[in-house]
Amino acid sequence: MRGEFGFRLAIGAVAILVVVLVAAIGVELTRQSWLSIQKFGLSFWTTHTWDPVAGEFGAFPFIWGTLYSSIVALIIATPIALGIAVFISELSPGWLKGPLIFLTELLAAIPSIVYGLWGIFVLVPAVRQLQVHTPEFLRALPLFSGPPLGLGMLAAALILAVMVIPFTSAIAREVLKTVPVAQREAAYALGATRFEAIRAAMFFARTGIIGAVMLGFGRALGETMAVTMVIGNTPQVSTSLFAPQHTMAAVIANEFTEASDRLYLNALVEIGLVLFFITLVVNAGSRLLIWAMSRTPARAARRVAAPVTT
Amino acid sequence: MVIAAACGGGAPQQSAQSGEAPSTGGKVQINGAGATFPNPIYSKWFAEYTKQHPDVQINYQPIGSGGGIRQLTAQTVFFGASDTPMTDDQLKSAPAPVLHFPTVLGAVVPIYNLAGVSDLKFTGPLLADIYLGKIRKWNDPAIAKVNPGIKLPATDIAVAHRSDGSGTTFIFLDYLSKVSPEFQSKVGANASVNWPVGVGGKGNDGVAGLVSQTPGAIGYVELIYAIQNKIDFGGVQNATGEFVKASPDAVTKAAAGAPIPADFRVSITNAPGAGAYPISSFTWLLLYQSSSDTTRAKAMVDFVKWALTDGQAFATDLGYAPVPAAVVQQELTTLGTIKVS
Repeated sequence: MRGEFGFRLAIGAVAILVVVLVAAIGVELTRQSWLSIQKFGLSFWTTHTWDPVAGEFGAFPFIWGTLYSSIVALIIATPIALGIAVFISELSPGWLKGPLIFLTELLAAIPSIVYGLWGIFVLVPAVRQLQVHTPEFLRALPLFSGPPLGLGMLAAALILAVMVIPFTSAIAREVLKTVPVAQREAAYALGATRFEAIRAAMFFARTGIIGAVMLGFGRALGETMAVTMVIGNTPQVSTSLFAPQHTMAAVIANEFTEASDRLYLNALVEIGLVLFFITLVVNAGSRLLIWAMSRTPARAARRVAAPVTT
Repeated sequence: MVIAAACGGGAPQQSAQSGEAPSTGGKVQINGAGATFPNPIYSKWFAEYTKQHPDVQINYQPIGSGGGIRQLTAQTVFFGASDTPMTDDQLKSAPAPVLHFPTVLGAVVPIYNLAGVSDLKFTGPLLADIYLGKIRKWNDPAIAKVNPGIKLPATDIAVAHRSDGSGTTFIFLDYLSKVSPEFQSKVGANASVNWPVGVGGKGNDGVAGLVSQTPGAIGYVELIYAIQNKIDFGGVQNATGEFVKASPDAVTKAAAGAPIPADFRVSITNAPGAGAYPISSFTWLLLYQSSSDTTRAKAMVDFVKWALTDGQAFATDLGYAPVPAAVVQQELTTLGTIKVS
């Protein structure tokens, strides 16, 4: 009985430690950025200028670049990652599973600086060629405007997509594994095609799959090294995939070591605070989404089941 | 318990090994942090010095000039190192007077990527206008004027700069601000700035990579980096009107031509004097004038004396320019004001 109590106490302390750590990070970031918070207030979030010489700091271009690159990366990575997960768990012949799992997980083991070098020497020249050969009428669109530098949003999003794929696909695969065999057999028994059976399995595992996608998003938001090497590090707000831009993590890594002026340092720490806050919001948002989805199974299930019955 | 055992065991060993060690009788350990630019020569110096003086061990962390100044001010390290002199405000926020000692010199060179074009020449205002985005084509009349006989293509200039805060950027911008009032007012000199044009690469290698891969690109890197990687760079017109291609010799000439104030906090970009390379700079070691730890202070003073005299011989091999003899004399005098007992 006493052993039981001690165990509970120890485990509880470990759990509380995590909460305390997160709170301590938040408090410390706020403390260290207080000068900047006082001086710029909420306008820090919307100001476009980042001028260390004049002492004017605004985070908007970095927030924009971080969200833009992460969302584009997610749009590219999610279908591929889910495709890999479905193939491995549902369709792949047994002998191919092992090597495929090994290879996708190997992608996660590559250090981000290596991704960055690969980005500079392989991906960026390839993107530049793509830009040079983009037809004029497309280049006129705001999505593809700008000179063909190679460096920029597209290169960053592509490299992030490659880095995110192993995380999303590994978790989605594990989640699909938990779908009961009875679920699949029931689908086949009702005369479902393979596609429909897989869709039913994915629906069953939907909350886990959303979790996998959100984990990938979190990974993309915070990635620093590989992104800074290919994004062009220019704090501007542009809708163009071809324009050089900047991210929050990259500006901290780039400028922190040489920032000697106090306001400048505070502004950099506040960028960290903004990133911390956005990550919290994204995580909370995905929790809410999962919660909302798991509360309304009946209605959604009817919608999915409909094609099978007709 | 473990710590006590380690200390107790260490002390007799040390005194046995070095009989004429300083009065404390132990090994003197000194920690410093700061600029990355002088790290290769500092590492060399500390290693050589420890070989000659086994009782002194100097550790250096190349964390960047800003970090070095911060750690010196917070007194977490005994000495700092910076590629830019401390500002008046920074000196005021330090707990005690800090002295600057120029140790070696470096330079920043313009690099470019134009097929079939080499030996390009630049003037200061020309570089300023390129980095302001006012000159956008390689065949601009202003570039053609200082490069007669070179066939310049009609391609766009792709501007590259450092994305990380850097002393290299500071030196380059300090020069551009001196030669172009417009650059001074619109951009200014700092380790990082709000760039009007161009893309940022991380580190010397990032900028060099950008330039070598982008046709029509221009960038700037440290002279040492260009020499070690055999990158061709352009000549720059100095204050007397000559076009000078950077070399350790031309950099030392810049330091010899510039007037040096008593506190050594001086920019030597655009220095007068024949043969002087205009985008040159000192790098500084930062020491407190009086420290309660006189054993370390004495060891550090002895080391700086050695570095400024015998140590200078290592400079050229590593791509740095040695400090001119007159400046060394001036520094040795200042070094004498540090409290060592």
